[in-house]
Amino acid sequence: MVRFPQSPVLSIHGLIKDVGPLSSLDGKMLRVVSGVSLIAERGQVTALLGANGAGKTTTLECAQGLQKRNDGSISLLGQDPAAAGADLRSRVGVMLQDGGLPPSARPLPLLRHIAGLYAHPWPMEDLVGRLGIDTFSRTSVRRLSGGQKQRLALAAALIGRPEVLFLDEPSAGLDPQSRQLVFDLIAELRDSGMGIILTTHLMDDAQRLADYVYIIDGGRNVAEGTVQELLQRSPAAAQGEHVRTLVFEAPAGLDLAAVLPDDVDVSESRAGSYTVTGALTPRHLSALAQWWEAKGVMPASLSLQARSLEDVFLDISGKDIR
Amino acid sequence: MSTAATRETQQPASLLRRVLLQGKYEALTMLRNGEQLILAVVLPLLALVGLTVTPFLDGMGSSRINVAVPGILALCAMSTAFTGQGIATGFDRRYGVLRFLSTTPLGRGGLIAGKVLSVLAVLCLQVVVVGLVALALGWQPTAAGWLPGLALLALGAAAFTALGLLVAGTVRPEATLAITNLLWILLGALGGIVIPAERLPAAAQAIVHFLPSGALGESMRAAFLDGAVNGGATLILLLWTVIAGAAAIRWFKWN
Repeated sequence: MVRFPQSPVLSIHGLIKDVGPLSSLDGKMLRVVSGVSLIAERGQVTALLGANGAGKTTTLECAQGLQKRNDGSISLLGQDPAAAGADLRSRVGVMLQDGGLPPSARPLPLLRHIAGLYAHPWPMEDLVGRLGIDTFSRTSVRRLSGGQKQRLALAAALIGRPEVLFLDEPSAGLDPQSRQLVFDLIAELRDSGMGIILTTHLMDDAQRLADYVYIIDGGRNVAEGTVQELLQRSPAAAQGEHVRTLVFEAPAGLDLAAVLPDDVDVSESRAGSYTVTGALTPRHLSALAQWWEAKGVMPASLSLQARSLEDVFLDISGKDIR
Repeated sequence: MSTAATRETQQPASLLRRVLLQGKYEALTMLRNGEQLILAVVLPLLALVGLTVTPFLDGMGSSRINVAVPGILALCAMSTAFTGQGIATGFDRRYGVLRFLSTTPLGRGGLIAGKVLSVLAVLCLQVVVVGLVALALGWQPTAAGWLPGLALLALGAAAFTALGLLVAGTVRPEATLAITNLLWILLGALGGIVIPAERLPAAAQAIVHFLPSGALGESMRAAFLDGAVNGGATLILLLWTVIAGAAAIRWFKWN
């Protein structure tokens, strides 16, 4: 996808951020962001995808004006967030990773207070109803479940009807129903023209929500594109073929490699569980089926999957635990 | 809901409204907190009664209660501005409340202004409650003492707010809790705030004059007992405000 940014809601170029000095580094500074660049458009969900510690949250906090950058440029709605005043902050909504809600507060009075900071807040009843906050509006924050806290934090970020919305790990702690509710609302806000920037380490979130994805690793951009574009990043996909994975369970010890052409990867990840990955075609499936028939084998389970963003992510950022 | 694309551009509420709202919200939060209320009202009243039934202050002025009340009002300022606001801010910092509010139109400046306002609002209530109880117990303040007395109380609140924010912004909230409570007890008992320096051990007298607690206690007593302004003590209080304020600005960590 070629992008022609007209007036992006956020553009970051060459962001550098050092933290410290840290005693664990003999008093030296640690560079947590070393040159991240990104553009986020109106009416789109832009995702920053990366492992824990990749520099996603720090990048967002520089964009929100919460942290001072060491180098690089940031333009949020055409202004530098480091020097911004209340006018810019009133047009930007922020949902922090840890919520930022006082434990002793009750949801409704807290939201009313925050709404009072804006000239044209979102009508309270509507917002509270949509996010299902009316069912716990008088319970103190410390007694709320993780999902309820997340929904309240989202409401607090939206109460000023922002043009730009930052969401740091929005689905953390959400049960499946809350997740659906929150994802539907995010999609609706995106369609209404809001520019939404979110961080996540959950590939599934990015795959479901994001129009454009930046993969961040070690404080740097390592890949970017639409979800479709990223899914097609592999040697086989580069030749126009779609990579798929076939997983089946059958008696252990079958010599699959003898049956399938060597343009696909074959592995028996544990005894009796086989994985075939590559640009699979009906020819591959047919070869397998004929072989099963000849051997009298019926797989106990069988599934064919498109390559997931998680596979791409692991390809790019490596499988080592850091 | 009107859509983001078609509606008017969002505006912040006016600066005055934002600061007033934050001040009101924080003051109500403080007054709803039982522990804070004990610290802000119950303990000062107990100290007031304690000083009027014991002979600690005999011979210092026209009556025990006349000597006690200015110090108790000073203690109220320390309770609310230093211990109360310090603890609240420390935990707000832990829970990310400071960071979140910094991203709203309130901003960091509005947040601090709101905190100062909430301290002053709670302090006004304390003055009314302590003043009424003291009058009932026979307090006879010098009329000329009110104006300098209340101004000094506001200055003391500023000095202790700056010190409270300095502690809250630099150490963990548990440490803030311990430090501000411990200092409240130590300064309250031995810091020259309710018990004048003359009645303290000789070793303590030399330093008490230079402490914010001693400076506030002394200047409050000068105001309400004699209608006088103690220039030296006022200057020391002013210095504490400026130095602690500058240190808080320099070292306060928002996250």
